Amino acid sequence: MELAFLINIIGAGLRTGTPLLFATLGELITERAGVLNLGVEGMMLVGALTGFAVAHSTGNPWIGVLAAMLAGGAISLLHAFVSITLRGDQVVSGLALTFVGAGLTSVLGASYVQVRDVPRLPVLPLPFLYDIPLIGPSILWPLFGEKQNVIFFIGLLLVPAVWFWIERTRPGLQLRAIGEKPAAADAVGVNVGALRYFYVFVGGLFAGLAGASLSLAVTPLWIDEMTAGQGWIAVGLVIFAGWNPWRALMGAYIFGALRRLPLDLQAIAWLPFASNPILGVWLNMIPYLFTILALVFSSREAIRKRLGAPAALGIPYVRGERGA
Amino acid sequence: MSNTPYALEMRGITKRFPGVLANDNVNFTVEKGEIHALLGENGAGKSTLMNMVNGLYRADEGQILLDGKPVKFSSPRDAIDNGVGMVHQHFMLVPTQTVAENLILGQKTPRFYINYKKLEQDIADLSQKFGLAVEPHAKIWQLSVGEQQRVEILKMLYQGAKLLIMDEPTAVLTPQEVTDLFKTLREMTATGHTIIFISHKLDEVVAIADRVTVLRRGRVESTVDGKSTSKAELARLMVGREVLFRIQKKPAEPTADALVIDSVSCENDRGLPALRNMSLTVRSGEVVGIAGVAGNGQTELAQVITGLRQATSGKVTVQGQDVTNQPATATIDQGLAYIPADRNGVGSSPNLNLADNLILKSYRRPPIGSGWRIDLGLVRSQAEQLIEQFDVKTPSVDLPARLLSGGNLQKLILAREISRQPKVVIAVYPVRGLDVGAIESIHQMLIDERDRGAGILLISEDLDELLSLSDRIVVLFEGQIVGEVPPEDERIDEIGLMMAGTKVEQSHAT
Repeated sequence: MELAFLINIIGAGLRTGTPLLFATLGELITERAGVLNLGVEGMMLVGALTGFAVAHSTGNPWIGVLAAMLAGGAISLLHAFVSITLRGDQVVSGLALTFVGAGLTSVLGASYVQVRDVPRLPVLPLPFLYDIPLIGPSILWPLFGEKQNVIFFIGLLLVPAVWFWIERTRPGLQLRAIGEKPAAADAVGVNVGALRYFYVFVGGLFAGLAGASLSLAVTPLWIDEMTAGQGWIAVGLVIFAGWNPWRALMGAYIFGALRRLPLDLQAIAWLPFASNPILGVWLNMIPYLFTILALVFSSREAIRKRLGAPAALGIPYVRGERGA
Repeated sequence: MSNTPYALEMRGITKRFPGVLANDNVNFTVEKGEIHALLGENGAGKSTLMNMVNGLYRADEGQILLDGKPVKFSSPRDAIDNGVGMVHQHFMLVPTQTVAENLILGQKTPRFYINYKKLEQDIADLSQKFGLAVEPHAKIWQLSVGEQQRVEILKMLYQGAKLLIMDEPTAVLTPQEVTDLFKTLREMTATGHTIIFISHKLDEVVAIADRVTVLRRGRVESTVDGKSTSKAELARLMVGREVLFRIQKKPAEPTADALVIDSVSCENDRGLPALRNMSLTVRSGEVVGIAGVAGNGQTELAQVITGLRQATSGKVTVQGQDVTNQPATATIDQGLAYIPADRNGVGSSPNLNLADNLILKSYRRPPIGSGWRIDLGLVRSQAEQLIEQFDVKTPSVDLPARLLSGGNLQKLILAREISRQPKVVIAVYPVRGLDVGAIESIHQMLIDERDRGAGILLISEDLDELLSLSDRIVVLFEGQIVGEVPPEDERIDEIGLMMAGTKVEQSHAT
């Protein structure tokens, strides 16, 4: 009973955590380059609506995904322009991006709210899991289910790819350098501004992908503010993960599970509070409370350093300025 | 010299920044295989000039030739590709990355995948070849400052630099590390490298340079032979007049007690005893120097006097008024001036402009402030007058204080403190890190204050400074005065012994 319950929850995390994983990986890459983009929520919304609308009009979900990524990337360039070219405050610019995304999608998406017949991203069956002796039928099968959406596999492939890019390649070395000490990179001829633009754009692509995977796979429809704060959770998860892609994977699944937890707990009869509607609301808050705590906790310089925050995170780079 | 082109030749270089002419028609040549020192005061335009060779800045006018060929660099990358590397004063290394990673950052190879095993082997070989021992897989933050500098040099060599520009390389090194560095530089010139050595320290320039070019206020003053020149000649070229290494002053005429410290004890930040029943009297019209190894209670002493730290026992009086454990504003009102060791953090507010920094101690009282109002017109005119009077070099009083060089900032702080005609001046390491010209003027200001009748308490680690300025020297050891010595050069060994904690019989009673 207890094992089944646990498996149930983790399984739910695997199914719903993937959009969060995409958004977290994107923000992680952007932050490793030294740019803080709090506009993940807005970029996800733009991605979700663009993906939904394009998939609906073309009939092909993959074209929808592509359009969603490009839309997320495009709107992220607003933030890049303000924070890199104009050297503005990255917190303010990121917040503004979230509002722009939410407002824009609310207006433009109004006519899509009633649409139900959107082509979805395919699901892939996992028959071989059942055939694994011993743990196959009892654990793996209930955990992963008989099939998973294709985004689940994309997520699993992206994590090692992102890790390899950051830790084992020359572009990754430059990425880390511009996030840690841009002056050092500049002094040996690395184009700090251009690379930061690029990685903000990559973060936008990932956030767009995250949005599309919500509206084309996890909950295939469009509703206003359908990301429901997942963009913010992604920002918190980057900190939780200590800017490490593997831990981002773990964190995304845990938070995916946490979002399902209130529903699952309500099914347990002997927990008195679970069926109480007011307490249920409190349970729903858990992921958001956790995010707020992570952000508050990490706002202290010393703690951020210990967690491994890129040293130049959030600081515009100005060539030749003292202390840069 | 006629046939072989110069390693570097700069012709008629001019560079302007808003409000400042940083370099003015500079002609500068460096021969192949020499160590050429570029000497000048802070703000003389040395770093600006070299940043143009390095591709960080572009010259407004003039021409740069490398090996006889005109070049135009638009980025440091261009400079490196043409064999010019610069080792900055603040190291351009990524602290969280390894030595190996720092060396290949900005390189064209490897193109994508980094084979760390092979890379670290290559770098170990290279460091062997140049005699610059470093651990390729060590993270930069784990290395000492001297080792980090070696990594910087190695980085430039790895990138194929033939002309190496060192920007004040010894500023952060211990004497032992300086010796090692000089040896390395000599070995490099032996293998055909050329070195430009930016400095404002005369001793080093005389010790290492083949030729010396002196810059003053953005212009080339002269180029002299490093072997035959002298410290005095270089100082004169650098400052534009004869420099007094020892300040001229008449004997002190002390009068009444200005500052009395009576059996004061206090704790340091960690709650350990910093001062133990310490007593000292400074009279009006004299300079009392406090010698001692840093960390023996000097900082805490200055803080207790100025009201920035609580005394656990004892009494501090300024001209008879008890200021013990009074807030800092009370000590300011009593006529106490404070020149703190930390110019940026304590002595000034880096983001405020110069005018605002100058009123930090006078805004609460007329004529500057009345009630909640501040007379901005007066603030400005007074600031302009003080900047003129104290020779602070700045384009405007609206400049944020953080943009001033160390010497000019210290002059600004002195202007603020001295213009209030203090009864007592507490000066902590007042000339640390400054160049000869600034040192001289700041010392002169302190002596002028003494002659005006202020009591000066000078805390310093520099025995030369103490001997030159003080009328009496007391030695602080573990929070107590262990002895008093007249400021005579012959007594320097005695002071040294007392600084190390050896009690010496008091030979001069006051």
